[in-house]
Amino acid sequence: MAKLEQVGHSRLRKEGRAKVTGAAIYTDDATMPGLLHGATVRSQVARGRIKGIHFGEGIPWEDFVIVSAKDVPGENRVAMIVLDQPFLADTRVNHPEEAILLLAHADRVLLEKARAAVTVEIEEEPAVFTIEASLAAATVVWGEDNVFKKVSIRKGEVDAAWASATHVVEGTYGTGAQEQLYIEPHAVIAKVTAEEGVTVWGSLQCPYYVHKALKHLFNEPDDRIRVIQMETGGGFGGKEDYPSLISGHAALLSMKAGGRPVKILYDREEDMVATTKRHPSKTRVKTAFDADGKMLGLEMEFLLDGGAYVTLSPVVLSRGAIHAAGPYYWPAVAIEAKALATNCPPHGAFRGFGAPQSLFAIERHLDVAAARIGMDPVELRRKNLLRIGDVMATGQVVKEAVDLPGIMDRALEKLDYHGRKARYAGSNAGTDPIKRGVGFAVFMHGCGFTGGGEAYLASVAGVEGTADGKVRVLAASTEIGQGTNTMFSQVVAEVLRVPMDLVEVQQPDTKLVPNSGPTVASRTCMVVGKLVQDAAVGLKQIIIQAGLLREPYTADEFQAAVAAYVAAFGSLKAYSQYSTPPHIVWSDETYQGDAYGTYAWACYAADVAVDTRTCEVAVTDFVALQEVGRVINPTLAEGQIEGGVAQGIGYALWEKVEWRNGRMANAQMTNYIMATSADLPRLRVYFEENPNPMGPSGAKGIGELPMDGPGPAILNAIQDALGTDAPREIPLTPELLMDCLEARHV
Amino acid sequence: MKGDAPACAVHTPATLGEALAFLAAHPDWRPLAGGTDLMVPFAAGRLPDFNFLNLDPLHELRGIELTNEHLTLGALTTYSEIRWHEGIRAAFPNLVQSAWVTGAAAIQNRGTIGGNLVNASPAADTPPSLLAYGAEVELRSTAGSRWVDYDAFHLGYKQTALASGELLTRIRVKRPVPGAFHFYRKVGTRKAQAIAKVCLAGYGRAENGRVAEFRAAFGAVAPVPKRALAAEALVLGRSAAEVDPDAVRAALAEDITPIDDIRSSAKYRRFVSERLFASMLKDFFAHLG
Amino acid sequence: MSEKMALKLQVNGAERTVQAWPMARLLDVIREDLGLTGTKEGCGEGECGACSVFLNGKLVNSCLVPAVQCNGAKLETIEGVSPTSTDGAQLHPVQEAFLRCGGAQCGICTPGMVLAAVDLLKRCPDPDEEQVRDGLSGNLCRCTGYVKIIDSVLAAAKSASPDGAKAVAK
Ligand SMILES: Cc1cc2nc3c(=O)[nH]c(=O)nc-3n(C[C@H](O)[C@H](O)[C@H](O)COP(=O)(O)OP(=O)(O)OC[C@H]3O[C@@H](n4cnc5c(N)ncnc54)[C@H](O)[C@@H]3O)c2cc1C
Ligand code: FES
Ligand code: FES
Repeated sequence: MAKLEQVGHSRLRKEGRAKVTGAAIYTDDATMPGLLHGATVRSQVARGRIKGIHFGEGIPWEDFVIVSAKDVPGENRVAMIVLDQPFLADTRVNHPEEAILLLAHADRVLLEKARAAVTVEIEEEPAVFTIEASLAAATVVWGEDNVFKKVSIRKGEVDAAWASATHVVEGTYGTGAQEQLYIEPHAVIAKVTAEEGVTVWGSLQCPYYVHKALKHLFNEPDDRIRVIQMETGGGFGGKEDYPSLISGHAALLSMKAGGRPVKILYDREEDMVATTKRHPSKTRVKTAFDADGKMLGLEMEFLLDGGAYVTLSPVVLSRGAIHAAGPYYWPAVAIEAKALATNCPPHGAFRGFGAPQSLFAIERHLDVAAARIGMDPVELRRKNLLRIGDVMATGQVVKEAVDLPGIMDRALEKLDYHGRKARYAGSNAGTDPIKRGVGFAVFMHGCGFTGGGEAYLASVAGVEGTADGKVRVLAASTEIGQGTNTMFSQVVAEVLRVPMDLVEVQQPDTKLVPNSGPTVASRTCMVVGKLVQDAAVGLKQIIIQAGLLREPYTADEFQAAVAAYVAAFGSLKAYSQYSTPPHIVWSDETYQGDAYGTYAWACYAADVAVDTRTCEVAVTDFVALQEVGRVINPTLAEGQIEGGVAQGIGYALWEKVEWRNGRMANAQMTNYIMATSADLPRLRVYFEENPNPMGPSGAKGIGELPMDGPGPAILNAIQDALGTDAPREIPLTPELLMDCLEARHV
Repeated sequence: MKGDAPACAVHTPATLGEALAFLAAHPDWRPLAGGTDLMVPFAAGRLPDFNFLNLDPLHELRGIELTNEHLTLGALTTYSEIRWHEGIRAAFPNLVQSAWVTGAAAIQNRGTIGGNLVNASPAADTPPSLLAYGAEVELRSTAGSRWVDYDAFHLGYKQTALASGELLTRIRVKRPVPGAFHFYRKVGTRKAQAIAKVCLAGYGRAENGRVAEFRAAFGAVAPVPKRALAAEALVLGRSAAEVDPDAVRAALAEDITPIDDIRSSAKYRRFVSERLFASMLKDFFAHLG
Repeated sequence: MSEKMALKLQVNGAERTVQAWPMARLLDVIREDLGLTGTKEGCGEGECGACSVFLNGKLVNSCLVPAVQCNGAKLETIEGVSPTSTDGAQLHPVQEAFLRCGGAQCGICTPGMVLAAVDLLKRCPDPDEEQVRDGLSGNLCRCTGYVKIIDSVLAAAKSASPDGAKAVAK
């Protein structure tokens, strides 16, 4: 491979200077003349029929902009997968904190008083709050049976496996809801005028999702809707679908306010209590092994709590189900997955998108099984890890030269897993109340959209030449901290062989950039990066064909040629559109085929110290080793993994949503516990590069991968430390661990 | 921000005398020290008060005085001042520990010890240290000053001995004898910026192989920060061999009355309290040699 | 009901007077009245540190400080950390280190984090990793897992030492 000038180097973050100086403009930093503030009146009950809305005394209501469901000009449903979630509840509510009425006023203090003065009379109806209750369907809250979506994945005859097995091991595993907890809460500004149509500026991940939702809400054509992403203070999936709702709210208020701009800014409590979280899950696993520990069969029931509306649950379920078998060769598989309705606020996207839930179950189960069978968990996995040519649960054949046993061994080596395990076995036998243990998980994460998703999206990205001879990237893929701007710039600079500062990235604005698809699913680098790369090549061809440039060229010649072209022809743009490579085949009907074009592969290993006096778990060392194709920018890539691992450790140990009748009771940062710098060890990140032809210069996706491993690795380490396989649920809070110790299984 | 700032009035006195006079005339005005407790419910629109007496400029309430006998802290002493004070570091390790685990740097710069005591959260971190050291607090009004055993300050959940028109002005702690045993441990929701689920402070010393002085106090396991009096009694005057761990555990069960809340469970708080206490006693007797 | 007060402040070296409610949060005075939007609000309850500023030289959560307690005070925000930083000319060594070491991802915690780091290095010019973890524990970051933030602070400390410029350049 040619020597790379940009790719593989830790180029400085494009917008880094603006961020370290505080000059970067986030949505709440922007203001506009005549700005009004918007507030949302919400349901205080989980489910019921709206009987009336009362406006209390002492508020000058005539000075307020007030919007209810009957003001909606178009479709009062968020256009996502199924049209079921209303922007504003009209006749009934289906979850606590559901939006019912909108208010706007220039004075924020008065606005708060007004919000408090509205009472909504609701006749309560029975509600459902747990996966178990939803599945039992004694109370039906959605459709005929509370089931949003079912997925079934079959391979071979699993029933035959039980008969021929030496060991059959069963277990049930659970994961909790998790709050994305981006540090910038949701914020949006909207302006709706007869002349310009609908314009929205916001903190969001997917401009074209919002664009589509607003189109239906206002019943307006594409070109009358404009969505602009502002600097965004974290998303992690939390700003994937919810911005459609809040943008709609702000836009409705602006419309009713005769075109005055309206800002809606959630405070932390409103953000936590009303917006999406990771889907809670319950998974039942049954596995068959032969006498040597060879896997014979896997049966799984994978259940997700989807909350009150469908939103993204079908796709979350799908990714979870496809990852459920883990990176192993199972001759027979039967996975039944369901996303179920409850009367909690809809659960939504969060880094990992279903995979952390199902991978937790399988990777935790394998350590439970290893203990039951009396095998070393390393050897049990080694016997069964996928190798080239193996057939996965969906029938996908592993075609890449992945070395999973090697990945596992090298991660364990970095942790000194075997040495520590032996030493801890000795020291744990003593009287020290601190018990130590090591554990790990091997896993994969599919890159890009699941199944036919990428083909359906048919994303487009482009580049344009500027008058001063620079190249500007045109994509709707957003920078939300993960490094999109820098990565695109490096890819373009590399393929054009020009310095990074000749490349700019257009702020995502649906009026100026094509639909390169949502910024989700670890797809921005691999899928959109590749489109941007191809478009840049196209742009170069255009100027070469125009006779303005000849290879080889210097950066100055290139810049002059671009400027000359723009001067001569007015504009210089090149686009590239995704088309599915012919060798990728997928069926949504049978869930058979190539679920993902490629996967990132990893083994994460954790060292823990458990204080048996307090049941507190400290993660004392953590190794994250992964094969991710080519690493475009090592600093950014490490940062992605470190941040994801930190979220994964929180998911495993501390981040618990306390539900009270479908409502989050601990909606403050003081009571929802994410890690501070004092709670984490130095996270050690290692990459193994194995360039993949799908991505730009061989890159794969890495954004979500790090969320999958920490949960099972840490709980497996706790099993090692305490000699009990009882911990089966996350977050494994000290309170829950105390209960596990009382009910020792092994 | 849901606080109704325009509806709020603040009086800023120049001297303590003026402050007390104002408070005598306006007993329902809320003293405002570092604001780290008050501003949270205020900004959330949940504070019932609208009138504030700003204590910030009162230099009479500032200052740390350390003599051979006593440590005296002005009510406005901040955690940072405690944490970085050489004399306190040398003689009062529990106070330094409790200041260190309170919030994080920015909270420690603003939060005051007086505010911590008057706010009277059962889960506060400094009260157990002060209880274990046997502190006293000075309460002052236009009628004069009175010193109250800190042990008698907390009357019930969020209720204190502070009378109408009184401010808490000073905290006084006897200097521990050299070589005494000090113990402090906070079990919080996380390592920093955390609220205690259980907090335990202990102070003790021995004469002739027997425990001559011993106080232990808990946070977050009762409606108030609380001495473990029954358990203390089973340790005082005894040697290591004479302490019956089962009896201590039973006594402790009487001393504390934890509850379930969104941060933890009563069961967990009992579990941890028992074990921390046992672990503290073990350290204590090891310390005595 | 009260009246607005004339709030006198020395803001990043310049004298400013604004009209503010006595119980207005310093954070809102900074963002709305002074127009300095580098100071962020992540929680409004003292937990996240995104609103950190220096008040009379002390690091505080500006969301917890009432305006009435700031009259006559010296205020330093992210915009004033490096005198010429807003026009992009020169960065404070801590900012430089955050830029080079990848200490900023989404950037929303960064202004507060930079100020907390400056504060720590004032108290403790040559910290070890544990001291940095303790010193920054009032500033939450959801993006980084803190590794690169800690590296940034350690690098900034080195760059301040005689042979340090190299360390920041990495
Ligand atoms: C993010 C965060 C983290 C925190 N972490 C901790 C922690 O770990 N541990 C802990 O214990 N606390 C913690 N706190 C709570 C708080 O910081 C402390 O209780 C602090 O000591 C309160 O002091 P203050 O001066 O800020 O009080 P203020 O908020 O000013 O006042 C608190 C109460 O005391 C009254 N008051 C104050 N001074 C006097 C006086 N001299 N006389 C009479 N009444 C008075 C006020 O009227 C008010 O009722 C935390 C708070 C926050 C926001
Ligand atoms: S906004 Fe002030 S600490 Fe979070
Ligand atoms: S960089 Fe995003 S929160 Fe810290």
